[in-house]
Amino acid sequence: MTPRTLFFMRMRGILRKEVLQILRDPSSIALAIVLPLVLLFIFGYGVTLDAENVPIAVVLDDNGPAAREVSARFDLSPYFKTIHLTSMAEATEWLNQRRVDGIVHLQADFSSSLYKRNQAPVQVIVNGIDANRARLIQGYARGVLQTWTELRQARGEPVAGPAVKISQRIWFNEAAVSRDFLVPGLITLIMTLIGILLTALVVAREWERGTMEAILVTPIRRVDLLLGKMLPYFILGMLGMRLSVWVGVTLFHVPFRGSITALFVLSALFMLASLGFGLLISAAVRVQFVAAQISIVAGFLPALFLSGLIFDLESTPRFIQIVSRVVPARYFVDISHTLFMAGDVWPVLLPNALALAVMAVLFISLAFRKITKRLEG
Amino acid sequence: MDFVRRIIALTIKEFIMIMKDPKSRFVIIGPPLFQFFVFGYAATYDLKNVRYTVFDESRTAESRQLLSRFEGSENFELTKTILSEKEIAFMIDREKARLVVHIGPEFSRDLHNGRPATLQVIVDGRNSNVALIALGYIGRIVEQYNQDLVKNGVVSMDGPGVVLVDRSWFNANLQSRWFIVSALGGLISMVVVMILTSLSVAREREFGTFDQLLVAPFNPGEILIGKSLPGMLFGITDALLFAAGAVYWFGVPFRGTVPTLVLALGCFIITIVGVGLLVSSLSMTMQQALLGSFVFMMPSVILSGFATPIENMPHWLQIGTLINPLRHIITALRDIFLEGASVSMIWHQLWPLVLMACFTLPLAGWMFRHRSQ
Repeated sequence: MTPRTLFFMRMRGILRKEVLQILRDPSSIALAIVLPLVLLFIFGYGVTLDAENVPIAVVLDDNGPAAREVSARFDLSPYFKTIHLTSMAEATEWLNQRRVDGIVHLQADFSSSLYKRNQAPVQVIVNGIDANRARLIQGYARGVLQTWTELRQARGEPVAGPAVKISQRIWFNEAAVSRDFLVPGLITLIMTLIGILLTALVVAREWERGTMEAILVTPIRRVDLLLGKMLPYFILGMLGMRLSVWVGVTLFHVPFRGSITALFVLSALFMLASLGFGLLISAAVRVQFVAAQISIVAGFLPALFLSGLIFDLESTPRFIQIVSRVVPARYFVDISHTLFMAGDVWPVLLPNALALAVMAVLFISLAFRKITKRLEG
Repeated sequence: MDFVRRIIALTIKEFIMIMKDPKSRFVIIGPPLFQFFVFGYAATYDLKNVRYTVFDESRTAESRQLLSRFEGSENFELTKTILSEKEIAFMIDREKARLVVHIGPEFSRDLHNGRPATLQVIVDGRNSNVALIALGYIGRIVEQYNQDLVKNGVVSMDGPGVVLVDRSWFNANLQSRWFIVSALGGLISMVVVMILTSLSVAREREFGTFDQLLVAPFNPGEILIGKSLPGMLFGITDALLFAAGAVYWFGVPFRGTVPTLVLALGCFIITIVGVGLLVSSLSMTMQQALLGSFVFMMPSVILSGFATPIENMPHWLQIGTLINPLRHIITALRDIFLEGASVSMIWHQLWPLVLMACFTLPLAGWMFRHRSQ
């Protein structure tokens, strides 16, 4: 028999074992298929950073036509659900009790200052506890006032517009839909779970139960073992990825402007880096409990916090940015955002791909050495 | 008396299980603290040093004045000045800059002739949240500039207009770090406790020692208590450490009282121990236990209001989040830290937690006996 046939025989054996193991314990398939679907549905239907129907109190101390018009603009805005209250004391009470998120207040001299001094203040008070939401609400309020000004201009009324106007364009996501930004990031999270968590567990289990020694006395070489361990989980991870992309694009209408080939090649690199990391953890600690803790602490949570998935990395302190350089998810989040929204922009994709490739090689070879060394030692 | 002795014996056994392995000893104390600090810095919605590019076709005193306000802001960082329109796409596509500020050649002439001058801003929308926040900052800069123009008599108000005067209560500078860090301790201690308890029974099942435990003279209630105590103790310790870290390291204001905090965290940790033990009692292997706790943790983190507001979710989902323990503790923590809530004010968050614990813990105890190979 040629070495090649022998290799294939060994591979067939170990792959068969791994596949059987996966099939016997459906929890790994659940992780690859069910969890992505659940998460996608939650993200697609539920989770958004865009506020709508924000409850705000409107207090009109002035009953002139101009004041009523401003209040009507707030009523009409899809961003707000207005509640008309008669006094500021009452509105303050509502804000303190969180029944409203903000107060729009037009003072008694609103009309008179508007026409006499040409400038009238519209007071907007927001609950600042959730700073991000507070900022959005202020932005929406600004938008409402701007539409009112434009409306009056269109009617030919003398209106003082701002001397400098901003004309804004948000490229790749004109309406700034946060779902389009969150769903591509979610795919990174799902692949991280499969690549690091699942892999770390399965190999640690073999050590813990002592079946690893049993495998190692068979003619299977370390390379075969490594390949046999990686291949099934690689396929599971890629399936999870494909499924997530498909659901995201067809059901949630997230744009996908890159090419499928690029997506497959780059996510394969990411999968390899994650798998390598998972294997390294399990080879290094050999105890499922510890492997699980480490894969969460070093794999899952950084993928959530240090990847730019939700929180912007560039605004963090310098040392956090340095720490984030060793998180594979960081590179893939950039890749998937670019692929989904901007297209195949190779100057962005290539450096990220390179980083992932380096990490994949590094982690896999370290894992390989660790397995070998463990046996000799 | 006998009962107490048995409980103590069981609890000591559980502690030894966790503490005997130096690696497992380390993972429940070291990494959670490290995470708390790293994520405390990383988790923020405030933008700093947003890289921007300037395309100034006007090159007049006015345009430079406006641009100098960007340079003076710590929110923005100038990367490059470009000279042609074609470069805009180059800068944005390749992520060389996150936004381009474009001032047309007519800028200063329009300003002096009383026509509205335009400042064009092109933002990279790949991160839609960053795009919106950055536009908000720019809106503020331009608004201030406009007011100064009127004040300095460069332009005159030739008709009635409104100005927005905004204020934010409880957090005047709109720092999102307070909001995030006050809740972060709840999230991380949940992860620690969940892993610890969900693996506790499953590990014994996998090694076959659980059957020994069942034939030993313990009733399921005692086993339940023995298995819960270490998780509760570590959970409370971790959570209180994080609370101290939030106050003394990150400078988050603590306006509530310590007993309220301890009570709220206690209710939460007991609930999570209940969920963890339930997952554990349902699992045959450690892998199942771990994946089971992930199936619980992922949606509960996402639907907790930690990173994205619950108010933005559709109504049916908001109702659904009521069975999420993390949602309740995050609300309670924020209320205690930032608003100084008393026990009666967070009662709405506490009773659902206690109710969930009353449901999950006995169910877990029952499952110990009724699910075996």
